[in-house]
Amino acid sequence: MTSDNKFTWTHKHLLGLENLTAREISHILDTAESFKEISTRNIKKVPTLRGKVVVNMFVEPSTRTKMSFSLAAKRLSADIVDFSPSTSSLSKGETLKDTARNIEAMGIDIAIIRHTAPGTPHMLSRIIDASVINAGDGAHEHPTQGLLDIFTMREQKGRIKGLKVAVVGDIMHSRVARSNIWGLTKLGAEVIAVGPPTLIPQEIQDMGVKIAYDIDKVIPEVDVINILRIQLERQRSKFFPTVREYARLFGINSERLKRAKKDVMIMHPGPINRGVEITPDVADGAQSVILRQVTNGLSVRMAVLYLVSGQPKSEEIE
Amino acid sequence: MTTLLIKNGRVIDPANKIDKVTNIFIENGKIKSVGPKTLKANKTIDAKGLIVTPGLIDMHVHLREPGKEDEETIASGTAAAINGGFTSVACMPNTDPAIDNEASAEFVYLQAKRAGKANVFPIGAVTKGRKGEEISEMGQLFRGGAVGFSDDGSPIKSAEVVRRALEYSKMFDKPIIDHCEDMDLIRDGTMSEGRVSVKLGLVGMPPVSEEIMVYRDIALAKLTNGKLHIAHISTKRAVELVRQAKKDGIKVTAEVTPHHLTLTDDFVKTSDFNTNYKVNPPLRTKSDVEALKAGLKDGTIDAIASDHAPHSEEEKDVEYNVAPFGIIGMESLLPVVLTELVHKKVITLNQLVAALTLNPARILGIPKGTLSIGADADVTFIDLNKEWVIDPSKFKSKSRNCPFAGWKVKGKAVNVIVAGQILI
Repeated sequence: MTSDNKFTWTHKHLLGLENLTAREISHILDTAESFKEISTRNIKKVPTLRGKVVVNMFVEPSTRTKMSFSLAAKRLSADIVDFSPSTSSLSKGETLKDTARNIEAMGIDIAIIRHTAPGTPHMLSRIIDASVINAGDGAHEHPTQGLLDIFTMREQKGRIKGLKVAVVGDIMHSRVARSNIWGLTKLGAEVIAVGPPTLIPQEIQDMGVKIAYDIDKVIPEVDVINILRIQLERQRSKFFPTVREYARLFGINSERLKRAKKDVMIMHPGPINRGVEITPDVADGAQSVILRQVTNGLSVRMAVLYLVSGQPKSEEIE
Repeated sequence: MTTLLIKNGRVIDPANKIDKVTNIFIENGKIKSVGPKTLKANKTIDAKGLIVTPGLIDMHVHLREPGKEDEETIASGTAAAINGGFTSVACMPNTDPAIDNEASAEFVYLQAKRAGKANVFPIGAVTKGRKGEEISEMGQLFRGGAVGFSDDGSPIKSAEVVRRALEYSKMFDKPIIDHCEDMDLIRDGTMSEGRVSVKLGLVGMPPVSEEIMVYRDIALAKLTNGKLHIAHISTKRAVELVRQAKKDGIKVTAEVTPHHLTLTDDFVKTSDFNTNYKVNPPLRTKSDVEALKAGLKDGTIDAIASDHAPHSEEEKDVEYNVAPFGIIGMESLLPVVLTELVHKKVITLNQLVAALTLNPARILGIPKGTLSIGADADVTFIDLNKEWVIDPSKFKSKSRNCPFAGWKVKGKAVNVIVAGQILI
């Protein structure tokens, strides 16, 4: 354990990275580091959250984030139940408020929520007594993705301070971009947002990032390229003319990477549109840490579940 | 014969350029005299230490009747008006069905009469069913008592429809009140576009979407020489456009809400997405707020109106992007504006009274907002120094969607008289 023993975690919820200090973010990463080893054991389970009930409220579809949280909860011995809108009363016209209160009445300790609307986790945290973890709220934040991205960068590069990170693609609609920007800038990295001007609001500079429109000028100078998924429906909403042109101007391919630093890290939160924002050879290439991100997501989510639960740490973890 | 004497109050009546401590004598519901004489009356109110003004007018409210009586009715809305110091309100026609014909305008008068509180003046729809396609029967709406025309809640997309409406309404000398918003630029926006919306990941409503329509409407008002009124102006550039149009002699007036004068988009963030800050036009930035204050001060903006928009708790207490736009305002307007604008010396008390009496009465062409001899005896008494905390749970409105809950304010309407009757 590298974390500062005197440090006490005080947050009941994890709603975003914007409101965390650099020290708090580092503390989550350090805690995740201590959980990493559990996943390598033969019996991948500790009793830390035994008797706690965690609910996955995914009001927007997700496969990997939901599964990652489920596994993380199970490794900590919590009981986890799933709730998805197609099987819930949300589709019957019940408000989220009523649904949340009903779920809480069954006795839950932690609610993990994903929703299309920014601010829904915040609303939920006002309604229920349980801890709330934001698993992605619209284009606002996706704190555990931001944390696992930063964790992976730190793991590979040994530091965050001074790193140059390009976040490429649809910054405007990306919660992953926002959580990356908040976390990375707080820890002293330099972030460059790259993409077409229609997908990069000027005001993003207010969050401490630079804007660039030419990926080829950015590639040689960065340590990390974090590539965002391009949602194909954005083309219909006039943000860019064709997917083909997007791939031509911003797609990360091996030709482009010839000008990159030798140890450049290629990241992507998934799911990948192969051949659009990233070519298959790059996605599967030596620089890619895309699957490492997925593995690390587990440790980070275990750390987050553990910290918001406010449980004392049991010896089994060490 | 019923008579009422109001004595020793500081009477402010911008219509008659009065600002002095004097007495008002009311006979049979009409103003009989304003002056130092102490006439013998059935009843006397000592207004020493109070401001006495013509009954205040809120020229932009939504009373939701018919159609959404769970949120507000003409009875509850007029009770809220009186509680906030308003003796007259003008209600918008975006009801269900819309107020787009003579009978529906008359229905508003009928319900207001039954409620027996504030006067209600209906605004008629500009277009049939508020669909923005064909102009409504403005002549018949006028006969039914409509005092202006508006499709408020929605912009009128077609420039030709606005042009014809501005021309046609000249027959009745009533304004076209436009809600200026270019919907193509708005998309599914939920707050003003800018630094805050980008941080929150909420789809932004760019200020330019308002400014484009304000400019279009001003150009059409110039072309037609029609009477244009800009509802709930909210951006700096829109204020500049109106200022220039007035200089050019175009018949344009404008109103501003208390929330656009006092709140910014930062509140959406600092409140962690509280939907009581979700309103249309959306809360803008500090520089817009400053420009609105300057516009009010120099007369570019004529009136202050609440845009009182009641919504039920179950409608409002949902995810941010699902919640409807709108906040209530009749019971918080006066204290908020007194506290933030008058006590802080942004505008004078006389300017405030004019923005709530003479100016809206002129814009709508209604015989209100004055203490002239023979006028209806509608009077508001204001205690400038009363300190209190805004508590929406005590409001007379049926709805509670107020962004000023918990605000410490100074100033309150303490008595209200409508047609000689003391209502509070």
